[in-house]
Amino acid sequence: MVDATLSQPAITAVRSAGYWQNVGKRLVRDKTAMAAAGVLLLILLAAIFAPLVAPMDPLEGRLINRLKPIGTEGHLLGTDELGRDMLSRLIWGGRLSLLMGVTPVVLAFFLGSAIGIIAGYAGGWTNTLIMRTVDIFYAFPSVLLAVALSGALGAGLGNALLSLTVVFIPPIARVAESVTTRLRSSDFIEAARASGAGAFTIVRVHVLGNVLGPIFVYATSLVAVSMILASGLSFLGLGVRPPNPEWGLMLNTLRTAIYAQPWVAALPGAMIFMVSISFNLLSDGLRSAMEVRQ
Amino acid sequence: MLGYTLRRIIYTAPVLLGVSVVCFALVHISPGDPLISILPADASVELQERLLVLYGFDRSYLEQFFLWLGRALQGDLGTSIATGRPVTAEVMRAVGNTLMLASVATVIGFVLGCFFGFVAGYFSNSPLDKAASAAAVFGVSVPHYWLGMVLVIIFSAQLGWLPAAGAGPGGSSQWRFNTEYLSYMILPAITMSVIPMGIIARTVRALVAEILAQEFVIGLRARGLSEFGVFMHVVKNAAPTALAVMGVQLGYLLGGSILIETVFSWPGTGMLLNSAIFQRDLPLLQGTILVLAMFFVVLNLIVDVMQSALDPRIKR
Repeated sequence: MVDATLSQPAITAVRSAGYWQNVGKRLVRDKTAMAAAGVLLLILLAAIFAPLVAPMDPLEGRLINRLKPIGTEGHLLGTDELGRDMLSRLIWGGRLSLLMGVTPVVLAFFLGSAIGIIAGYAGGWTNTLIMRTVDIFYAFPSVLLAVALSGALGAGLGNALLSLTVVFIPPIARVAESVTTRLRSSDFIEAARASGAGAFTIVRVHVLGNVLGPIFVYATSLVAVSMILASGLSFLGLGVRPPNPEWGLMLNTLRTAIYAQPWVAALPGAMIFMVSISFNLLSDGLRSAMEVRQ
Repeated sequence: MLGYTLRRIIYTAPVLLGVSVVCFALVHISPGDPLISILPADASVELQERLLVLYGFDRSYLEQFFLWLGRALQGDLGTSIATGRPVTAEVMRAVGNTLMLASVATVIGFVLGCFFGFVAGYFSNSPLDKAASAAAVFGVSVPHYWLGMVLVIIFSAQLGWLPAAGAGPGGSSQWRFNTEYLSYMILPAITMSVIPMGIIARTVRALVAEILAQEFVIGLRARGLSEFGVFMHVVKNAAPTALAVMGVQLGYLLGGSILIETVFSWPGTGMLLNSAIFQRDLPLLQGTILVLAMFFVVLNLIVDVMQSALDPRIKR
């Protein structure tokens, strides 16, 4: 390695691309991941600009128009059990569904990382105390914990978000803790400590940059789970309340229509599926681009 | 081996205690007076006081917890507010149905997952791998309650081949083993099997690819072992991890069956939870969750111990 640099000084003169630039380049070349990102962007934009994009009011319907099939004049994707336009409701539904799916993972990303990094960096008794507490919540199957908490707290958007955040903190904290613990004994941290850097500085400068990458990849794959779980809570009647459009809730109220208008009834679930699979494919692409192994 | 088993059991005890604390706390994080759902609207203050003492809500949380835990350890999980029957009896009746469904689903998921995983791992980066990997991604991404609905639409509503809901004819609440009851299980079991299928397929694919890249495989081939012989070596090396994943998945399905049971009106613990939540039947909610969580923790313990027994390389 040293010989090569000595004999070819021209190469070292070329500024090598940064790590994140390389990741970006590899990710852009990944067709599947890019297609998934495109689908997500499209759904996100439609949800953000719902008032402009949606052809009709998602809350207003006429019972005389109820359960029209897909492809009806004026109702491209048919109408629901109260005669509301399905296309408009699906577009508006993206707002609450994405909010409910993404927010818990974002919150858990910050809280879980903080908990895991503190436990991993502190080590000793602090670590044992924090991680054994995390283990207790990890000992519940995720669906069960989400249902138990939001069932006890009572139905509602806020309680559902809170429950899901609690569900996702333990897995993220565990990843953060194991990466930090491995990092703690590495030479460059030793060196920083020896040169008098405080714990906060070491974490900020040396630990965060190395830990957040793997956690981020893991968190993107959790969004897929979170979408399914969040809509599942609404499907059970524990999340968003009617008449607000949300894919899980729409799927629930349309269950009565599976004999009359089966394919209209299945549409909201197809949206959840599309978002969930896109997040999974994007996460897979990101993982191989970053060469993060689990 | 024995040492590891003992250490693992000792390590599980505080987790079990913590899990019971969380279950106990469920009643107390729920808004409103815990008595509100059993008191008649016009109850006198005197009656309220008497019930408060009767249920022990006037004591400190710590006292309440140990009283509750002591009774729970003796198999008494309280009385369901909605039915007036013991919670333990209600849960045990439902657990059988869920266990049956989850076991069948896990076996289907394991067989399919191993098949897809082996195909994908063996023919890495071929079109076969792409197809098998796509099946795995489908399994982990599909909202299973929606898949259940779609299967009901196709096989019950449209084709009329299979029943749409229930565990047996006439809304039977207890599953029995005969062909008529079997037809009720097909759709929910297939729906449920999709999740473990996806996860096991992904795990096995990674395992097989990793094993095939090891030097001993080249060694086996160099010594002229048949492809089947090599395959058997791969199976032997992948089995402990794959079986462990299967065990954990069974626990997840047991605990997470509420959505599927709601779709198919399957009379298991999920349905029980569902009715407990909407009737504000907190003792039933608490008891069901405690039993399911305990199942999960103990199952994980068994899986860990068995994995270390099967795979002597694991010395933790």
